[in-house]
Amino acid sequence: MKKYDAIVIGAGHNGLTTAAYLAKSGLDVLVLEKNPYIGGATVTRELYPDWKYSNCSYVCSLLRPELSRDLELYKHGLQVIPYVGSTTFTRDGDYFGGYDDHARLYRELSRFSVRDANAYDRYSADVSKQTRLIRPFLLRTPADPTSFKPGDIGELLYLAKTVYSMSERQLHDTLRFWTMSIAEFLDEYFETDVIKAHLAGSGIIGTALGVNSPGTAYVLLHHYMGDVDGTVGAWGFARGGMGAVSDAIQSAFLAYGGTVRTDAEVSRVIVKNGKTTGVVLHNGDDLYADTIVSALDPKRTFLDIMDANDLPEDVVSKAQNFKIRGSSGKLNIALDGLPSFNGLAKNSRLMVGDMHFIDSLERMERAYDDWKNGSWSLDPYVDMLIPSQIDPTMAPEGKHMMSVFVQYAPPTLASGAWTDTDRESFGKTVIDQISQYSPDFKDLILHAEIRTPQDIERETGLTEGNIFMGELTFDQLFFNRPFPGYGQYRGPLGGMYMCSSGTHPGGGVMAAPGANAAREILRDLKRPNIVPSAYPDD
Amino acid sequence: MATDTFDVIVIGAGHNGLVCSNYLSRAGLKVLVLEAAAQAGGACITRSFSEGFAVSACAHSVSQLHPDIVGDLGLESLGLQYAVKNLKTIALSEDGNHLSILGERVEGAQLSDSDRQAYGIFYNRTKRFAAVLANLAGKCPPRLVEGGLTEKLSLFKLGLDIRMLGKTEMREFMRIATINIFDVLEEQFENPLLKGAISFDAVLGAHMGPRSPNTVLAYIHRQMGSLFGFAGPALPQGGMGTVTQAIARAAVANKVDIRYNCPVKEITIDHGRAVGVVLQDGSTYSAAQIVSNADPGTTFKGLVGYPKLDSGFARRVENIRTKSDCAKLHLTLDGLPEFTGSSDAGQRMLIAPDAAYVERAFNHSKYGEYSSAPAMEILIPSVHDASLAPQGKHVMSIIVQYAPFMLRTGWDTQSKQAFTNIIVQRLARYAPNLPGLIIDSELLTPQDIEQEFRITGGHWHHCELALDQIAMMRPVYGATRYSTPIEGLYLCGAGCHPGGNVMGMAGKNSAAAIIKGRST
Repeated sequence: MKKYDAIVIGAGHNGLTTAAYLAKSGLDVLVLEKNPYIGGATVTRELYPDWKYSNCSYVCSLLRPELSRDLELYKHGLQVIPYVGSTTFTRDGDYFGGYDDHARLYRELSRFSVRDANAYDRYSADVSKQTRLIRPFLLRTPADPTSFKPGDIGELLYLAKTVYSMSERQLHDTLRFWTMSIAEFLDEYFETDVIKAHLAGSGIIGTALGVNSPGTAYVLLHHYMGDVDGTVGAWGFARGGMGAVSDAIQSAFLAYGGTVRTDAEVSRVIVKNGKTTGVVLHNGDDLYADTIVSALDPKRTFLDIMDANDLPEDVVSKAQNFKIRGSSGKLNIALDGLPSFNGLAKNSRLMVGDMHFIDSLERMERAYDDWKNGSWSLDPYVDMLIPSQIDPTMAPEGKHMMSVFVQYAPPTLASGAWTDTDRESFGKTVIDQISQYSPDFKDLILHAEIRTPQDIERETGLTEGNIFMGELTFDQLFFNRPFPGYGQYRGPLGGMYMCSSGTHPGGGVMAAPGANAAREILRDLKRPNIVPSAYPDD
Repeated sequence: MATDTFDVIVIGAGHNGLVCSNYLSRAGLKVLVLEAAAQAGGACITRSFSEGFAVSACAHSVSQLHPDIVGDLGLESLGLQYAVKNLKTIALSEDGNHLSILGERVEGAQLSDSDRQAYGIFYNRTKRFAAVLANLAGKCPPRLVEGGLTEKLSLFKLGLDIRMLGKTEMREFMRIATINIFDVLEEQFENPLLKGAISFDAVLGAHMGPRSPNTVLAYIHRQMGSLFGFAGPALPQGGMGTVTQAIARAAVANKVDIRYNCPVKEITIDHGRAVGVVLQDGSTYSAAQIVSNADPGTTFKGLVGYPKLDSGFARRVENIRTKSDCAKLHLTLDGLPEFTGSSDAGQRMLIAPDAAYVERAFNHSKYGEYSSAPAMEILIPSVHDASLAPQGKHVMSIIVQYAPFMLRTGWDTQSKQAFTNIIVQRLARYAPNLPGLIIDSELLTPQDIEQEFRITGGHWHHCELALDQIAMMRPVYGATRYSTPIEGLYLCGAGCHPGGNVMGMAGKNSAAAIIKGRST
């Protein structure tokens, strides 16, 4: 019977990244995927002929450039097209345009408040300071603060060096920023409701927190720490949909000699003498390897495919208490043409960017209150884009593909599990909200895919449909991710590893968890490290 | 014209100002305390609002007063006596099936064995975590990166304290210290009343709901009381004023000059140095050091004035979070109300039937509304203390959350009456005979508290106790560690480390910092 060097469970972008590095290092690696297609939540699906749905993740920025260049993803077909501009429509028929051009943005901000326009540069500078602090840590394994091992002490010293490079004042600002709510943070700079609402979105996307919850400023940072072509904080479309990212990583992996098996759902991890030695598939096949890597989220990993009897007791309870709360829904809408929006010319550069339809922090917070009450938001925050304007591969000619990310939608409703009727009402809530700002939108809809957290979980395996595979709160960040004591990609058993977004530095299509896990595995196998470090002066 | 000369002037005779002046004068300094009101105490006073009745007007129980201060100042021999100590917390249930908590013991409300056990573990664990804070509370917190050797050692000691918790506990501390109480309760308990009671203690006095991160920290902060000898709250004989009166007596015995009805209008700054104060009546006093027991907002915006401060610092002060949602209702009663299923109305009673109830109550305050179903802490001090009400009558003191400082419709007689009605109706669900007993009522909204006690925002910790506003970060960069950007000007109030709650440590630590500052 054939035995692999390593088996990776799950062909999402992180699983494939770990696999690619292990294969590049010369190991014989098998990736197992439950679906008939790869990509997990980083996927493009042709649900209707000629229509491409980026039906989960939909834009690209966080993907670490060190990795995409090192794995030559651009040679393997990945193209990321930056988009610029974003719009928040107001109830009075106006809109705020977040232009990428500095002078144009200043004029736009001044249209609402000169004070806000003047505050904006200070705001940007302060956020980018925090961004610069965190970026070097993305491709590092967090230290275990309770350990006395030289590696951990070295890593703690690196952290201490970063801290001691700051002045007392900078450190106060940093500690404040990391712990405060996005609403309070924005209140310190701006006075205009719509401007605050426009900027606050990144603080809540994907998280079960409201704009007033402390910790949301960090979530904003998480969305700002990426880049496209070296422009920090910029976002882009992957040509052909987000599946292009996974496809390119898979292509690199295959080129390094790896094997992918789809339609191969793992039912159980085999444990012998306290070590993971293989997996059993749903069809009964058993496969063996000395190294087993789970790209599934921590709950799926420890509560689904592993037997509690094989695990230390604390890991089971930690996995049970791991917070992974579904809070987002998604609509993918096929359009017969480009809709028009209140006051925006169809050739406005803002049309290409993301659009939002909620113009105050209060409305955003109320949207969160609905979630707490077990309902989808009746006045939801949405992040809406029409990528087919600059990526013609997404839709037939003359037609358009719209991606609508919706915050908030609970994993289960107060009334119980989502029913088809609930899904329809949820979709209607979102479509109605957009059509208030776009008179011709409803008539252009050809077909729409409405995805509740429950649907996202069923398809991708993300527990509760949480896009980050675990809340980005401090109890679950850095050395606490996924759990205290297990923040270094190693599972509780010999030969077992974790590489999902449930590990440091967390979710988003970043590939950093996958790469960091590969580095730790290679270290344990005493093989040379081939995973790149962060670019200097990043 | 005042001609006396003083070494130090303390603005405000709240408990921290008085504690500070005691320690200063014991070190041989000549101290003048200027108090705007006619009596000492600040927000820790006993006063009357209805003839024949007296009530602890703002703070209404003692749960953290530091034993060092009681001992150092000899407060017990100066009149500080408790009418009752270690009150139980009764989490009320409408059906009368209440839950009773004291220290690590909890009973009633069909509590499961696993919950009872889990509570013991939770209580002792948070107490161990509180010990880390309590060690820090006893001293001036060290600077993070720019400190000297002693401060580095002090930081190291803090790190060591955390490490000495042991690997598992250290991890748990780092996990829960920054998060919200709601999630922690969901992990550990089943009983809704128990979760309601703990979540209420975690949000008391704060602009936070149980789902707000920082609430675990607030709970641990409150748990410090258990290390200072308070398994439950205590009621001073004669109301909270007894505490401050005793500290004032100690001060007078230490030759501190306390002058009442002396509201300070401004702090005199000369060449960037605080040199004295001007009173509202125009009289002036000078001293080498000025200590403000007022909150940072009042001190810097009101008494110093932003034009005299660096604009970056002024902006930071303006951004200190001082939102309070805490109102106080006082009721005078013609008899003792009967709470369904309880024969002991003398304990600390909570209306917080579950954590979601408290969170829903909080929702309103985010939008400038008062809670339609508020959470409450109820005391009837006259059960234990006959001096507060005529024979057979009683006075009830209730902390009500949430009532926003800025009510969207504005606080006026009408809105106050409407909110009072909501509170009384809610109380009547638990004590049906209560409405019929009410003689008189007084509602203090955060605005009233701001006005009467001169606390910006009416916040009883002066500034929110949150990760970014504690210890060496409290209250704000530039004014930490009791000093301020103005030479010779110090802070000693609840806005400083380690915060409010009638603990007294802010005043004590501040005195130490001032004495140290004089010697260097």
